[in-house]
Amino acid sequence: MIRRAGIVLAVALFGFVFASLTVHHVERQSLPPLAKRYVELVPQELGAPNVITGILLTYRALDTLGEVAVLFMVAAGVGLVLGSRARRNENAPSDTPPSSRQASEIVRTGTQILVPLIAIFAAYIITNGHLSAGGGFQGGAVAASSAILLLLADPRQQFAQHFLSSTESAAGVLFVLVGIAGLLFAGGFLDNRVLPLGQFGTFFSAGAIPLLSVLLGAKVGCELSVIIDRFRA
Amino acid sequence: MISIVVFATGLTLILIGIWGMLTHRNILRIVIAFSLIGTGTHILMVAIGYVARGTAPIIDAGLSITEAPMRAVDPIPSALAVTAIVIGLAVTAIMLALAIRLYEAKKTLSIDAFTESKW
Repeated sequence: MIRRAGIVLAVALFGFVFASLTVHHVERQSLPPLAKRYVELVPQELGAPNVITGILLTYRALDTLGEVAVLFMVAAGVGLVLGSRARRNENAPSDTPPSSRQASEIVRTGTQILVPLIAIFAAYIITNGHLSAGGGFQGGAVAASSAILLLLADPRQQFAQHFLSSTESAAGVLFVLVGIAGLLFAGGFLDNRVLPLGQFGTFFSAGAIPLLSVLLGAKVGCELSVIIDRFRA
Repeated sequence: MISIVVFATGLTLILIGIWGMLTHRNILRIVIAFSLIGTGTHILMVAIGYVARGTAPIIDAGLSITEAPMRAVDPIPSALAVTAIVIGLAVTAIMLALAIRLYEAKKTLSIDAFTESKW
C-alpha cells in the first residue's frame, strides 16, 4: 500500500514537471546559429543534399565510428553473457525432443518472397542516404530485419557466421582507411572530399559519403544480424 | 503549435514508461517500459528541433539551397536521434541477454525472486 502510494506520488511529480515543461515550451521561429551553419555548409562544402547524412558521415563521423564500436561491443557483450549457455546446452544430454514446432506455411512462403525485396529496399536506403531520407544505420537495420524473418521461418537456420564477421571487419577497416585518406588528402579525419564531389544531387556525388554509407550499412547489418543470431536458444 | 503536440506526446510516453517500470514485476515488462522511455526521448528531441513551418533539411525540388536556412528544421537533434536509437537498441539487447541469464538462474522472470540483489 505504501509502495503503491509512493509510485503514484513519483509519477504525479514527474507528470507535474513534464506538464510545466510542455506549457512553457515555445516553438522556435528560426534556426539557432550552429544549425544554420550546418544547413548552409553541408550542401555547399560537402555537396550532399541530405544535411543530416552530411552531419553524421562527415562533421560528426567520428561519433558515428564510435557508435559502430558500441554496436560491436554489444555483439561481443551479448556473446559473453549468452555464450556459455550455448556451450552448456551442447553438452547437456539431448534426449528431450525439440519442442518448437515448424513455422506456418504463410510465414515460410512470405519469407521467401519478402527477404529479396527487403534486401533490395535496404540497398536502396543505404545508397540513397546522401540524396534523400536514409543512410547506413537505417538501411543496415532494414537488412537485419530480414535476418529476423529468416529466423522466424526456420529457427534452426544457420547463418554464415564466418561471412558475417569477415564482412563486418572488412567494412570497419575500410571505414577507418577512408577516414585516414581524408586526413592525408583532404581537410581532416573522415573528410568526404577525398573523392570528387560530382554534380550536386546526382547519384555519384557528395564525395566519399555514399562509400561511407555503404560501408556503414554493411557493418551495421552484419552486426545486428550477429546480435539477433546470438539470442537464439 | 505542432511541436507542442509532439513534445507532449514524447513526455507522455516517458511518463507511461516510468509508471510501467515502477509497477510491473516482470523483467520483460520492465525492459519494454525502459524502451518506451527511450522512444519518448527520441520524439522529444525531434520536437525540440522543430522550427515553425519548417520542413526536412533535405535539399531537393521543394527546398532550394538559398531558402534552406530559412525553412529547414534543426538537423542536429535528428542526427542525435539516430545515435540515440542505436544506443537504445544496444542497451535493450544487453538487458534482454541478462534477462535470459536471470531466467535460467531462477526459472522465473519476476523480480521478486531476486531478493539477494536487494539492498
